Amino acid sequence: MTAVVMAPGEPDWQRLNPWMLAVTPLRQLAGLLPVIAVVVVIGIGQDVGGRIYSVVAGVLVVMFTGMLRWFTTRYRITSERVELRTGLVFRSTRSVARDRIRSVDVTAGPIHRLFRLSVVKIGTGERAEGREARELTLDAISAAEADRVRQRLLDPLDVGGPDRSGATVALAATELAALSWSWLRFAPLTVSSLVALAAVAGAVGQLINDVGANAVDVGGVREKLTMAPLWVVIAAFAVLVLMIALGGSVLIFIEAWWGFTLVRELGGTLRIRRGLFTTRSVSLEERRLRGVEVVESPLLRFGRGARTVAVATGLGGRRGHGRGTLLPPAPRSEAHRVSGAVLAEDPSPTATMLRRHPLVALRRRLVRATVPVLVASAALWLAPVPSWVAWAVLGLLPVAVLVALDAYRNLGHALTSRYLVTRHGAGGRGTVALQRAGVIGWTVSQSLLQRRAGLVTVTATTAAGSGWYSVIDVETAEGLAVAEQAVPGLLEPFVLHEVDGVAHTLGSTA
Amino acid sequence: MSRRSRHVSWRPSVGARPRYRGGPRYNSDYLMSEPLRLRPPRHRVSPRAIIWWSTQAAGEVAAVLVPLVIGILAWADARPWLIPGTVAVAIIGLGYLLVMPRWRFRVHRWETTDDAVYTSAGWISQQWRVAPMSRIQTVDTERGPLQQLFGLATVTVTTASAAGALRLAGLDHAVADDLVERLTATTQATPGDAT
Repeated sequence: MTAVVMAPGEPDWQRLNPWMLAVTPLRQLAGLLPVIAVVVVIGIGQDVGGRIYSVVAGVLVVMFTGMLRWFTTRYRITSERVELRTGLVFRSTRSVARDRIRSVDVTAGPIHRLFRLSVVKIGTGERAEGREARELTLDAISAAEADRVRQRLLDPLDVGGPDRSGATVALAATELAALSWSWLRFAPLTVSSLVALAAVAGAVGQLINDVGANAVDVGGVREKLTMAPLWVVIAAFAVLVLMIALGGSVLIFIEAWWGFTLVRELGGTLRIRRGLFTTRSVSLEERRLRGVEVVESPLLRFGRGARTVAVATGLGGRRGHGRGTLLPPAPRSEAHRVSGAVLAEDPSPTATMLRRHPLVALRRRLVRATVPVLVASAALWLAPVPSWVAWAVLGLLPVAVLVALDAYRNLGHALTSRYLVTRHGAGGRGTVALQRAGVIGWTVSQSLLQRRAGLVTVTATTAAGSGWYSVIDVETAEGLAVAEQAVPGLLEPFVLHEVDGVAHTLGSTA
Repeated sequence: MSRRSRHVSWRPSVGARPRYRGGPRYNSDYLMSEPLRLRPPRHRVSPRAIIWWSTQAAGEVAAVLVPLVIGILAWADARPWLIPGTVAVAIIGLGYLLVMPRWRFRVHRWETTDDAVYTSAGWISQQWRVAPMSRIQTVDTERGPLQQLFGLATVTVTTASAAGALRLAGLDHAVADDLVERLTATTQATPGDAT
């Protein structure tokens, strides 16, 4: 295997790793296993020979196309772009300009790891315009090569000169966070417990479908079930569900976050490495970072846990489809500490004391939460249903009030020297610290009811993360003052300050 | 036929962040005692926009009313409740038709300065948006069939944000052309990262 050879002129086209000749067919074969099984099973007893031949032919075709892919795929990294050529009949050349590259992710599944290979995904995080590709995937090159490619592409000083990756490897990196196994206690408080339940339920359903419901009767289970009192059955079922959720979520957590480290590499890159069977490495350029969000989903918040998510450009979408995750579910204090470490601020802006919003905002939340409950209840009184249904719905009223109170309690905002901090949420909540320099516009919006209450929602637009972050239901004057001060000069010319009955903008008197 | 044109000012993604006039400033006690409010942007949209919005509203109201009327004609059994319903819809629709376009015309305004584009829009709920020149990525003009009929155009100014687009709807055609030309020239002359 040759390293990236950088001649002063145009670099040569490289092939993917030759082991891919084995890996691609293996993976495709693994994907085909169910089909093969079905064909063989159904085929039993009738024309076995024909079935087998068709299976073998299918497998051969798959392996052949897999090999063909290796022979027809080439890539090269020039000083300006990364190019990937594929296809035999339908040739395609995809290229990404190097100054557009925002992320270089390296992943390796179990089969890839067997051959010491890694998949490199080069992302621009942009909507594709014209012939530019949004994303290039090198599937796969050797792990060592992948690391060199990653370092070269993320090195702002590398402009296609001689390969300096050897030099960068030696440079030190600071560890910002590492996995603590005590965080396992947060695993059941994430959606992965639901994922585990769904997976087990799906598998059981499949089994019953395939093998027949009689399998459930093994060892006279059904007989025992019908003999036992109902509450025992329900309790046993609940315990089973709970154990699957607990065990499954813990297993998922271990697979996903084994060996997690968050490292700041020299050259201004944040790198997250994790994974037990499939290893993943996500790199994020710090100059793309516009802030962080501390996310406390409802259950996680109940357990005093939180995650830290990067607000960065080029990740694509809110919370970057998980790619911006800087910290797995961890204690809330740790999430704030990591936020601070990532932003190089101490204390973290996400842990700043936030200003409360006016009490009118509480009234709005109470109305919004209780009115639907009351209306539904009233409608049910009139509807031809037993009256206890209406009572039951009315019983939700305290819950609605609690949710409204929580939503109000979570409202808050603050300005620090470099960050705009805002928080909202009911049940769960998110606290965002957005760089004031990363704000690229403002939207001030006001509904009729907000106007009567003297409130506005001030939204900072940004190129990063979800694209906008709002300070919800803030008093009009305060909201405008925050926007005016967060980014000096942007909203200022349009805000009137009334002094002694004379309105003027700040610029006109200063 | 709807006509579209797009002026793209592509910026290199490296470079210094733009500095706004006034320089960095921070006042920890930003809750000021004096009342603050947003002043409306300088320019109104074209008065013909009222006719445009009215036509659109008429279309929307008709889209709801016509099926109801057909229902009344075709389905005699339902008349006792369908007729009052249709009358109620018609009254609400008429109110919408009369109020919305005029209300919008009072709210929809725009303004450009050397540094920023500033717009207000909406009717029942209103939005004020500001985007700095240095962050503008594209300036689009759109003229739907109705807008062409009334000599109007919609100018959309996008930034790198997924949420920051400013729409200036119902501008006079000539004003829109002039504005697009000016914005394109200014954004190309303003250095900036756009992100």
